[in-house]
Amino acid sequence: MTAEFPVPQRTPISESYWQGLEEGELRYQHCEACGNAWLPARGECPRCLKAEWQWTRATGRGRLVSWTVYHIAHHPAFADRLPYNVAIVELEEGPRLITNIVNPDEAGGLAIDRPVELVIERDHGVALARFRLRQPEQ
Amino acid sequence: MRGKTVIAGIGHTAYGKLPGRDTLSLNVEACRKALEDAGIEKDAVDGLFVKFPTSSFSMMYGQTLAEALRLQPRVGGVWDQGGASNISMISFAAMAIEHGQCEIAIVCGADNPRTGTRQAYEKAWGDDAAYGWFGVPAGYAMLAQRHMQQFGTRPEQMAAVAIACRRHGAENPDAQLRKPLTLDEYFESPMIVEPLRRADCCLISDGGAAVVVMSARRAKELGVPAPVPILGFGQGQTSWEVARRPDLTTTAAVTSARTAFAMAGCGPQDIDVAQIYDCFTITVLVTLEDYGFCRKGEGGAFAEGGRLEIGGELPINTSGGLLSETGMPGMQLVLEGVRQMRGTANLQVKDAARCIVSNQGGIMHTHSTLILGQ
Repeated sequence: MTAEFPVPQRTPISESYWQGLEEGELRYQHCEACGNAWLPARGECPRCLKAEWQWTRATGRGRLVSWTVYHIAHHPAFADRLPYNVAIVELEEGPRLITNIVNPDEAGGLAIDRPVELVIERDHGVALARFRLRQPEQ
Repeated sequence: MRGKTVIAGIGHTAYGKLPGRDTLSLNVEACRKALEDAGIEKDAVDGLFVKFPTSSFSMMYGQTLAEALRLQPRVGGVWDQGGASNISMISFAAMAIEHGQCEIAIVCGADNPRTGTRQAYEKAWGDDAAYGWFGVPAGYAMLAQRHMQQFGTRPEQMAAVAIACRRHGAENPDAQLRKPLTLDEYFESPMIVEPLRRADCCLISDGGAAVVVMSARRAKELGVPAPVPILGFGQGQTSWEVARRPDLTTTAAVTSARTAFAMAGCGPQDIDVAQIYDCFTITVLVTLEDYGFCRKGEGGAFAEGGRLEIGGELPINTSGGLLSETGMPGMQLVLEGVRQMRGTANLQVKDAARCIVSNQGGIMHTHSTLILGQ
């Protein structure tokens, strides 16, 4: 199944994002001109449209925005992991990303706005930015 | 522009599984029927607005269809807003007519994902496919999950939408799925992408549909038998991908409806019947809220108690919608709106004087609203 796994297509713009995950950190683009922060990788800041951005390391902390659980596979590479979740996470720096929650059965379970933290996992040789549910800080 | 243009004719093919028919053939049949319904000759048509077939993109499809219709329109081409395209093209046609760019326009669309490929609905979302992120239904599941968590929306309330549409579709001889749905059957329906069950998802269908648009004056001159005035239209673009839009449960349907209501000079309280794009049950709840039929977050409660069914306060999708009549992306809702205003609908809403129709595309990326009158 490895050959079929949808490996991300690295581009000159996204290369540093994927390289960061290989090196154990999650990076986002930060605009030097206007302070905006975003993912996924793009050539210009979508707020001020300038190309004066830097890759910045994220803390890896965020919150769960929403999720779904697949009971059917749209791709053969995912057939043997059904049911599996796909989630939207918002980083505390602002950018949002599509991800998976690695411990959905954790006490309290999946709930919107629940705090999460980064856990980088390898899947078919690709370092992916997944997240784990955190217990809320008191 | 209120009431200055009309829908003069409507036409559609059979819905469901139509093996051996390509999209050109389906479009031509729909256009022929719409012209017959308007009682006008093909050669009078000088505008051709075409929704591109979702399942197979080909360059210059509008011109390919023009040739198949043996037309050389003054204005036309293909428009892509996904499922919002049809109403948007009707509004562009109305504006073109108002400004003398054409006199009589056909707006049409056809597709054959059922016998062809449904790949467009299951495609990978770029690099995020590595996380298993595929397909249109999952995007709506994200909206539904957030809506349920944020507002306490319950599965029974989403079921109420499906039950209404399926009840209406069961009465429609042209509908692809003519089987009413019970609440028990809803809960027995298998999960596809939580929280969406099979019964929350629209049909996959082959078929085509078309309308003829012209000025009210021209319709009178030509003796068009049953023109239906266009009172208002509007559009709105949420645009951003689901993962990145700041608010998952409010969409640009708000803007679209506000524009359409302002043009029509009326509000939600003046609407007698609604055709609401029901690609998924959650889409209807969000649209009813965004249109102002109820407050944000109260769509679920609004859908309960048969309010959306024939005989209820706001009957929706009186020919079955995408959940029961055909999964075709949107034009069937316009056609049913026209029938309601003509008084010829299969499930006619008594004394209905105004109908609102919603079209929307992507995962609520695009929106278009049409208000029809008499």
